[in-house]
Amino acid sequence: MAAEKQVQADGLLGWVDRRFPLISLYKTHLSEYYAPKNFNFWYFFGSLAMVVLGIQIITGIFLVMHYKPDASLNAAGIPVAFASVEYIMREVPFGWLIRYMHSTGASAFFVVVFLHMFRGLMYGSYREPRELIWIFGCMIFLCLMAEAFFGYLLPWGQMSYWGAQVIVNLFAAVPLIGPDLAIWIRGDFVVGDATLNRFFAFHVIAIPLVLVGLVAAHIIALHEVGSNNPDGVEIKAKKDANGIPLDGIPFHPYYTVHDIMGFAGFAILFAAVVFFAPEFGGYFLEYNNFIPADPLVTPPHIAPVWYFTPFYSMLRAVTDVFTWTFVAAALLGAYGFYRFKPFGQMGAYAGMAAMLVLAVLFRLLDAKFWGVAVMGGAVIILFFLPWLDKSPVKSIRYRPSWQKWLYGIFVVNFFVLGYLGVLPPTPVGQIVSQLGTIYYFGFFMLMPLWTPLGEFKPVPDRVIFQAH
Amino acid sequence: MNATKNIRTLIASAAMVLGLGAAPALQAAGPAVALDRFPEGKLTDVAALQGGAKIYMNYCLGCHGISQVRYNKLRDIGLTEEQIKSNLILTQAKFGDPILSTIPLKDSKEWFGKTPPDLSLTARSRSSGAGTGADWIYTYLRGYYLDPSRPTGWNNTVYPAVGMPHVLWELQGQNRAEFKKVSSHGQGSEVFSRFVNEKPGSLNPAEYDNLVADLTAFLAWVADPVAQTRKQVGVWVLIFLALFMVFAWRLNASFWRDVK
Repeated sequence: MAAEKQVQADGLLGWVDRRFPLISLYKTHLSEYYAPKNFNFWYFFGSLAMVVLGIQIITGIFLVMHYKPDASLNAAGIPVAFASVEYIMREVPFGWLIRYMHSTGASAFFVVVFLHMFRGLMYGSYREPRELIWIFGCMIFLCLMAEAFFGYLLPWGQMSYWGAQVIVNLFAAVPLIGPDLAIWIRGDFVVGDATLNRFFAFHVIAIPLVLVGLVAAHIIALHEVGSNNPDGVEIKAKKDANGIPLDGIPFHPYYTVHDIMGFAGFAILFAAVVFFAPEFGGYFLEYNNFIPADPLVTPPHIAPVWYFTPFYSMLRAVTDVFTWTFVAAALLGAYGFYRFKPFGQMGAYAGMAAMLVLAVLFRLLDAKFWGVAVMGGAVIILFFLPWLDKSPVKSIRYRPSWQKWLYGIFVVNFFVLGYLGVLPPTPVGQIVSQLGTIYYFGFFMLMPLWTPLGEFKPVPDRVIFQAH
Repeated sequence: MNATKNIRTLIASAAMVLGLGAAPALQAAGPAVALDRFPEGKLTDVAALQGGAKIYMNYCLGCHGISQVRYNKLRDIGLTEEQIKSNLILTQAKFGDPILSTIPLKDSKEWFGKTPPDLSLTARSRSSGAGTGADWIYTYLRGYYLDPSRPTGWNNTVYPAVGMPHVLWELQGQNRAEFKKVSSHGQGSEVFSRFVNEKPGSLNPAEYDNLVADLTAFLAWVADPVAQTRKQVGVWVLIFLALFMVFAWRLNASFWRDVK
């Protein structure tokens, strides 16, 4: 039998704590979780992502109370699903607020998550011992994309419908099983009622469940190893007599009050959009989506919502001619295995063989398939970041200046790809997005080569902090 | 609506800074002619909204439903139940019923080949980089001209080869359109230049514009009846959040004073 638990509290708290590790959880995750004291602006976005997740779940519950995933037409000839969203907007008391919070929340989620991920990229927060935090984070990002995609079908407008049609059809590009796979996903030969109902199930049950689990894993892993900081210095390396990091401060109250301030700033921007520009110029709510889904009328231009457009651009960049770039990259990769032998002699042979097979496949299979692979690969490659970055320092602060330019170009490139993804395809846009795709992948895949190069600045022993 | 436009301009100019001159997609989807600006003051003008409702029931509802709105909702634009029942319900509909087109969907499909669309959200769905949905409707309803090559005898500058004839022609009269030839990059094309009145209607041009503006205001209200409430609530929410921000900032500062 386990030893009697030491409980300091009495009364109700003591009663609970003898049965549930309430006080120790509180200490581990809040009052005695020591976070570096030099967090800056970029460290707001983790807690804000949790806030937006909360907004989405709570508003989502109320939306589900009134929304009907039904593609059949009502007496006025309007699809029931579409009409039920308008019903929420017009007849449910404050339904418009709930719905706009949810639709704005979707975009806000991507804003804060993109910024959160970029923070990790800048300060090397994915480096040892935080690889798992990063991997959980990448899985959260994948879930988020799936969640947004499934959710976007539900209003059953023209963009919902045709966006889903385009994306599901991409799966038809998979060799051999593609067409059957696409039918299996849709549950029909075209996007229809079956698709709407299963997407609804994924959107409200399956994905959120996984998402919440991953967020928990993300935070547990974070609290196990401790937060990184803008200097990339391990605060646990310097502790006081009580074993508390010298540069650490208890998360509660210091970062709780800090994050409340961050929340206030976020809430102002969020409310400004919700109340004064919920369509956000057609970027958060596409204008075409105010037309009910019509399987017989294809819109002249189908654009995904803004957060998918960088990836959509990369998908569109992959033309038949462009796959020669992949062939060249594969041949370079084969040469790399031959020259550097990163995994030994046998590894070099295996790597060269794999690269040559890939080079052939790049030309053998349809470019459309490789477009899909590139779009997926643009997210998958993030998983490997902890092992691609070979820099002797974590934080961008101590990296060579020219490397900061590479990060800067990476950001601009991401914006350009996003912008091009909104536009109908043009010849110039295609070339720019192809160059952008090369830069995006080159940035990550060549990391083992460029990150160790150059003149690094000395990393301080302690974090840099100016008292407020 | 202005806020929306500003954001669009902001995003477009940010894109320009990045060296991308092309027009955003939202613009590319716009109409061929420049849109006239709908007088937005009408959105809060109750008389205009009520006038628009009257025109809608008399001229539009025969074919186009606004099924997302119920008759009793018209109380929100200052009408009483009595006024609505005796003046605006021209069908068998009850007070709480949705405003459906008079013609059954099946018949209109059979007679016109296509059911005339429900106009509940047209003032939102017709938005583009070229202007708001209200701008589009306002220009469209003033853009009809005689065109013998069309089955109905009517064409439209905003919506070329439009299926609907000019329903308001008795009010506006009959216009002819003049086009001028322009050539760019060695390609000649015809661009709308101006309307010439062939036969005046019962209203003069200024009166007609005003009537169309009323109708547009009504359709804008139909598309987003909560817009004014939303902005009013929004002001209070922002004031509250600004105060909250001040408290959060001071709270943070008082704790962080200890951190050296």
